[in-house]
Amino acid sequence: MLNPDVVGRTFVGAKEFIVSQESITAFALAIGEPNISVAPPTYSISISLAESQSLLQESGLDWTRVVHGDQRFEIHRPIVAGDKIICSSTIESVRVLAGNEIATVRSDLHAGDVLLASSWSTLVVRA
Amino acid sequence: MSFDVGQELAPQTFAINRAKLVAYANASGDQNPIHQNEDFAKSVGLENVIAHGMFTMALAGRYVSDVAKGSEKVREFSARFTKPVVVPADTEVELVISAKVSSVEAGLVKIDITALCNEVKVLGMAKATFSV
Repeated sequence: MLNPDVVGRTFVGAKEFIVSQESITAFALAIGEPNISVAPPTYSISISLAESQSLLQESGLDWTRVVHGDQRFEIHRPIVAGDKIICSSTIESVRVLAGNEIATVRSDLHAGDVLLASSWSTLVVRA
Repeated sequence: MSFDVGQELAPQTFAINRAKLVAYANASGDQNPIHQNEDFAKSVGLENVIAHGMFTMALAGRYVSDVAKGSEKVREFSARFTKPVVVPADTEVELVISAKVSSVEAGLVKIDITALCNEVKVLGMAKATFSV
Protein backbone atom coordinates (compact mmCIF):
# COMPACT_ATOMS: atom_id res chain seq x y z
CA MET A 1 0.00 0.00 0.00
CA LEU A 2 1.33 3.43 -0.87
CA ASN A 3 1.48 5.99 1.87
CA PRO A 4 -0.32 9.21 0.78
CA ASP A 5 2.79 11.21 1.70
CA VAL A 6 4.58 9.78 -1.35
CA VAL A 7 2.54 12.23 -3.44
CA GLY A 8 4.95 14.79 -4.82
CA ARG A 9 7.91 12.46 -4.58
CA THR A 10 10.19 12.86 -7.58
CA PHE A 11 12.70 10.44 -8.93
CA VAL A 12 15.26 11.91 -11.28
CA GLY A 13 16.86 9.14 -13.26
CA ALA A 14 20.59 9.07 -12.66
CA LYS A 15 21.03 7.46 -16.01
CA GLU A 16 21.17 9.47 -19.19
CA PHE A 17 19.41 7.64 -22.02
CA ILE A 18 21.21 8.11 -25.28
CA VAL A 19 18.65 7.48 -27.98
CA SER A 20 20.05 5.21 -30.67
CA GLN A 21 18.78 4.95 -34.22
CA GLU A 22 18.55 1.18 -33.61
CA SER A 23 16.08 1.69 -30.75
CA ILE A 24 13.91 4.03 -32.84
CA THR A 25 14.05 1.62 -35.78
CA ALA A 26 13.14 -1.37 -33.58
CA PHE A 27 10.18 0.50 -32.08
CA ALA A 28 9.00 1.68 -35.51
CA LEU A 29 9.36 -1.82 -36.98
CA ALA A 30 7.39 -3.33 -34.09
CA ILE A 31 4.40 -1.14 -35.00
CA GLY A 32 4.91 -1.17 -38.77
CA GLU A 33 5.88 2.50 -38.96
CA PRO A 34 7.99 3.15 -42.07
CA ASN A 35 9.30 6.58 -40.99
CA ILE A 36 12.33 6.17 -38.76
CA SER A 37 13.64 9.75 -38.95
CA VAL A 38 11.88 10.60 -35.67
CA ALA A 39 10.64 8.39 -32.84
CA PRO A 40 6.97 7.31 -32.95
CA PRO A 41 4.71 9.31 -30.58
CA THR A 42 4.64 6.62 -27.87
CA TYR A 43 8.35 5.75 -28.03
CA SER A 44 9.09 7.66 -24.81
CA ILE A 45 7.22 5.00 -22.80
CA SER A 46 10.25 2.77 -23.31
CA ILE A 47 12.15 5.24 -21.10
CA SER A 48 9.46 6.52 -18.74
CA LEU A 49 7.72 3.31 -17.70
CA ALA A 50 10.86 1.78 -16.22
CA GLU A 51 11.51 5.03 -14.33
CA SER A 52 7.93 5.07 -13.00
CA GLN A 53 8.34 1.46 -11.94
CA SER A 54 11.53 2.28 -9.99
CA LEU A 55 9.82 5.21 -8.27
CA LEU A 56 6.71 3.27 -7.28
CA GLN A 57 8.61 0.20 -6.14
CA GLU A 58 10.83 2.37 -3.96
CA SER A 59 7.66 3.90 -2.56
CA GLY A 60 6.34 0.50 -1.54
CA LEU A 61 4.06 -0.51 -4.39
CA ASP A 62 3.71 -4.16 -5.45
CA TRP A 63 4.58 -3.93 -9.16
CA THR A 64 3.49 -7.52 -9.88
CA ARG A 65 -0.13 -6.48 -9.32
CA VAL A 66 0.02 -3.37 -11.47
CA VAL A 67 -2.08 -2.86 -14.57
CA HIS A 68 -1.85 0.17 -16.80
CA GLY A 69 -5.04 2.21 -16.48
CA ASP A 70 -4.45 5.06 -18.86
CA GLN A 71 -1.71 6.99 -20.57
CA ARG A 72 -1.28 10.51 -21.89
CA PHE A 73 1.53 12.16 -23.82
CA GLU A 74 2.28 15.81 -24.49
CA ILE A 75 4.98 16.05 -27.12
CA HIS A 76 6.88 19.30 -27.54
CA ARG A 77 9.43 18.10 -30.02
CA PRO A 78 9.92 14.60 -31.41
CA ILE A 79 12.69 12.41 -30.04
CA VAL A 80 15.47 11.75 -32.55
CA ALA A 81 18.57 9.58 -32.59
CA GLY A 82 21.37 11.12 -30.56
CA ASP A 83 19.11 12.76 -27.98
CA LYS A 84 20.53 12.49 -24.48
CA ILE A 85 17.52 12.22 -22.24
CA ILE A 86 17.11 12.57 -18.51
CA CYS A 87 13.74 11.38 -17.23
CA SER A 88 12.28 12.71 -13.98
CA SER A 89 9.18 11.05 -12.60
CA THR A 90 6.81 12.43 -9.96
CA ILE A 91 3.94 10.72 -8.18
CA GLU A 92 1.13 13.22 -8.79
CA SER A 93 -1.67 11.43 -7.01
CA VAL A 94 -2.58 8.30 -5.11
CA ARG A 95 -6.16 7.24 -4.46
CA VAL A 96 -8.15 4.14 -3.69
CA LEU A 97 -11.15 3.20 -5.82
CA ALA A 98 -13.21 0.05 -5.17
CA GLY A 99 -10.32 -1.35 -3.14
CA ASN A 100 -7.82 -0.79 -5.96
CA GLU A 101 -4.96 1.59 -5.38
CA ILE A 102 -4.48 4.03 -8.25
CA ALA A 103 -1.32 6.08 -8.73
CA THR A 104 -0.68 8.70 -11.39
CA VAL A 105 2.95 9.29 -12.29
CA ARG A 106 4.14 12.16 -14.44
CA SER A 107 7.39 11.79 -16.35
CA ASP A 108 9.24 14.70 -17.91
CA LEU A 109 11.85 13.94 -20.53
CA HIS A 110 14.50 16.59 -20.98
CA ALA A 111 17.37 16.82 -23.43
CA GLY A 112 19.55 19.41 -21.74
CA ASP A 113 17.24 22.34 -20.93
CA VAL A 114 14.68 21.36 -23.56
CA LEU A 115 11.50 19.61 -22.41
CA LEU A 116 10.83 17.07 -25.17
CA ALA A 117 7.76 15.43 -23.74
CA SER A 118 5.70 14.94 -20.62
CA SER A 119 3.68 11.83 -20.03
CA TRP A 120 1.20 10.68 -17.41
CA SER A 121 0.73 7.02 -16.56
CA THR A 122 -2.13 5.89 -14.37
CA LEU A 123 -1.24 2.60 -12.76
CA VAL A 124 -3.79 0.48 -10.95
CA VAL A 125 -2.74 -1.98 -8.25
CA ARG A 126 -5.30 -4.76 -8.29
CA ALA A 127 -6.63 -5.51 -4.82
CA MET B 1 -5.49 17.29 -46.82
CA SER B 2 -7.86 19.56 -44.98
CA PHE B 3 -9.85 18.51 -41.96
CA ASP B 4 -13.38 19.44 -40.95
CA VAL B 5 -15.14 19.01 -37.64
CA GLY B 6 -17.21 15.83 -37.70
CA GLN B 7 -15.22 14.31 -40.55
CA GLU B 8 -14.83 10.54 -40.31
CA LEU B 9 -11.30 9.33 -41.07
CA ALA B 10 -10.82 6.07 -42.94
CA PRO B 11 -10.20 3.05 -40.72
CA GLN B 12 -7.01 0.99 -40.76
CA THR B 13 -6.65 -2.60 -39.66
CA PHE B 14 -3.59 -3.88 -37.79
CA ALA B 15 -2.91 -7.58 -37.36
CA ILE B 16 -1.55 -8.62 -33.96
CA ASN B 17 0.09 -11.97 -33.30
CA ARG B 18 2.45 -13.43 -30.72
CA ALA B 19 5.58 -12.63 -32.78
CA LYS B 20 4.58 -8.96 -32.85
CA LEU B 21 4.13 -8.96 -29.08
CA VAL B 22 7.68 -10.30 -28.72
CA ALA B 23 9.00 -7.63 -31.11
CA TYR B 24 7.18 -4.91 -29.15
CA ALA B 25 8.42 -6.30 -25.82
CA ASN B 26 12.00 -6.16 -27.11
CA ALA B 27 11.58 -2.68 -28.58
CA SER B 28 9.85 -1.17 -25.55
CA GLY B 29 11.63 -3.08 -22.79
CA ASP B 30 8.33 -4.27 -21.31
CA GLN B 31 9.04 -7.97 -20.84
CA ASN B 32 6.10 -8.73 -18.55
CA PRO B 33 5.41 -12.46 -19.21
CA ILE B 34 1.63 -11.93 -19.41
CA HIS B 35 2.35 -10.61 -22.92
CA GLN B 36 4.33 -13.66 -24.08
CA ASN B 37 3.86 -16.71 -21.90
CA GLU B 38 0.47 -18.41 -22.03
CA ASP B 39 1.01 -20.55 -18.92
CA PHE B 40 2.05 -17.51 -16.93
CA ALA B 41 -0.87 -15.41 -18.20
CA LYS B 42 -3.35 -18.13 -17.22
CA SER B 43 -1.67 -18.57 -13.82
CA VAL B 44 -2.54 -14.96 -12.97
CA GLY B 45 -6.15 -15.39 -14.02
CA LEU B 46 -6.06 -14.12 -17.58
CA GLU B 47 -7.91 -15.90 -20.39
CA ASN B 48 -4.73 -16.08 -22.45
CA VAL B 49 -1.74 -13.95 -23.44
CA ILE B 50 -2.79 -10.30 -23.77
CA ALA B 51 -1.21 -7.53 -25.82
CA HIS B 52 0.58 -4.74 -23.97
CA GLY B 53 -1.90 -1.90 -23.57
CA MET B 54 0.92 0.31 -24.81
CA PHE B 55 1.27 -1.84 -27.95
CA THR B 56 -2.40 -1.24 -28.77
CA MET B 57 -1.86 2.44 -28.07
CA ALA B 58 1.31 2.47 -30.18
CA LEU B 59 -0.66 1.04 -33.13
CA ALA B 60 -3.28 3.74 -32.61
CA GLY B 61 -0.34 6.15 -32.56
CA ARG B 62 0.82 4.76 -35.87
CA TYR B 63 -2.66 5.55 -37.22
CA VAL B 64 -2.42 9.09 -35.84
CA SER B 65 1.01 9.54 -37.47
CA ASP B 66 -0.48 8.42 -40.80
CA VAL B 67 -3.44 10.77 -40.52
CA ALA B 68 -1.17 13.64 -39.43
CA LYS B 69 1.29 12.84 -42.25
CA GLY B 70 4.20 12.43 -39.88
CA SER B 71 4.96 11.42 -36.27
CA GLU B 72 6.63 14.80 -35.77
CA LYS B 73 3.22 16.53 -36.04
CA VAL B 74 1.67 14.65 -33.14
CA ARG B 75 1.35 16.94 -30.08
CA GLU B 76 -0.94 15.10 -27.67
CA PHE B 77 -2.12 11.55 -27.43
CA SER B 78 -4.07 9.87 -24.66
CA ALA B 79 -6.07 6.70 -24.07
CA ARG B 80 -7.58 4.57 -21.36
CA PHE B 81 -7.03 0.82 -21.43
CA THR B 82 -10.55 -0.48 -21.08
CA LYS B 83 -10.43 -4.08 -22.35
CA PRO B 84 -7.52 -6.43 -22.96
CA VAL B 85 -6.61 -7.56 -26.48
CA VAL B 86 -6.40 -11.35 -26.11
CA VAL B 87 -3.87 -12.95 -28.47
CA PRO B 88 -4.13 -16.76 -28.74
CA ALA B 89 -1.21 -18.74 -30.20
CA ASP B 90 -0.95 -19.38 -33.95
CA THR B 91 -3.53 -16.81 -34.89
CA GLU B 92 -3.87 -13.15 -35.83
CA VAL B 93 -6.15 -10.77 -34.04
CA GLU B 94 -7.39 -7.70 -35.91
CA LEU B 95 -7.31 -4.26 -34.36
CA VAL B 96 -9.42 -1.75 -36.28
CA ILE B 97 -8.61 1.90 -35.67
CA SER B 98 -10.74 4.77 -36.91
CA ALA B 99 -11.24 8.38 -35.87
CA LYS B 100 -13.46 11.42 -36.13
CA VAL B 101 -12.34 15.04 -36.17
CA SER B 102 -13.59 16.83 -33.05
CA SER B 103 -11.93 20.22 -33.45
CA VAL B 104 -9.92 22.25 -35.96
CA GLU B 105 -8.44 25.40 -34.48
CA ALA B 106 -5.28 27.48 -34.77
CA GLY B 107 -3.49 24.92 -36.89
CA LEU B 108 -4.30 22.06 -34.54
CA VAL B 109 -6.61 19.16 -35.33
CA LYS B 110 -8.13 17.08 -32.53
CA ILE B 111 -9.48 13.62 -33.22
CA ASP B 112 -11.44 11.06 -31.21
CA ILE B 113 -10.11 7.59 -31.88
CA THR B 114 -11.96 4.28 -31.82
CA ALA B 115 -10.02 1.02 -31.42
CA LEU B 116 -12.00 -2.18 -31.91
CA CYS B 117 -10.96 -5.78 -31.47
CA ASN B 118 -13.68 -8.34 -32.28
CA GLU B 119 -16.14 -5.44 -32.27
CA VAL B 120 -15.21 -4.57 -28.67
CA LYS B 121 -13.74 -1.17 -27.78
CA VAL B 122 -10.32 -1.78 -26.29
CA LEU B 123 -9.34 1.86 -25.78
CA GLY B 124 -11.51 4.43 -24.05
CA MET B 125 -11.35 8.22 -24.31
CA ALA B 126 -8.67 7.88 -26.98
CA LYS B 127 -7.78 11.31 -28.33
CA ALA B 128 -4.98 12.91 -30.26
CA THR B 129 -3.97 16.41 -31.32
CA PHE B 130 -1.73 17.10 -34.29
CA SER B 131 -0.55 20.14 -36.16
CA VAL B 132 -1.36 20.85 -39.80
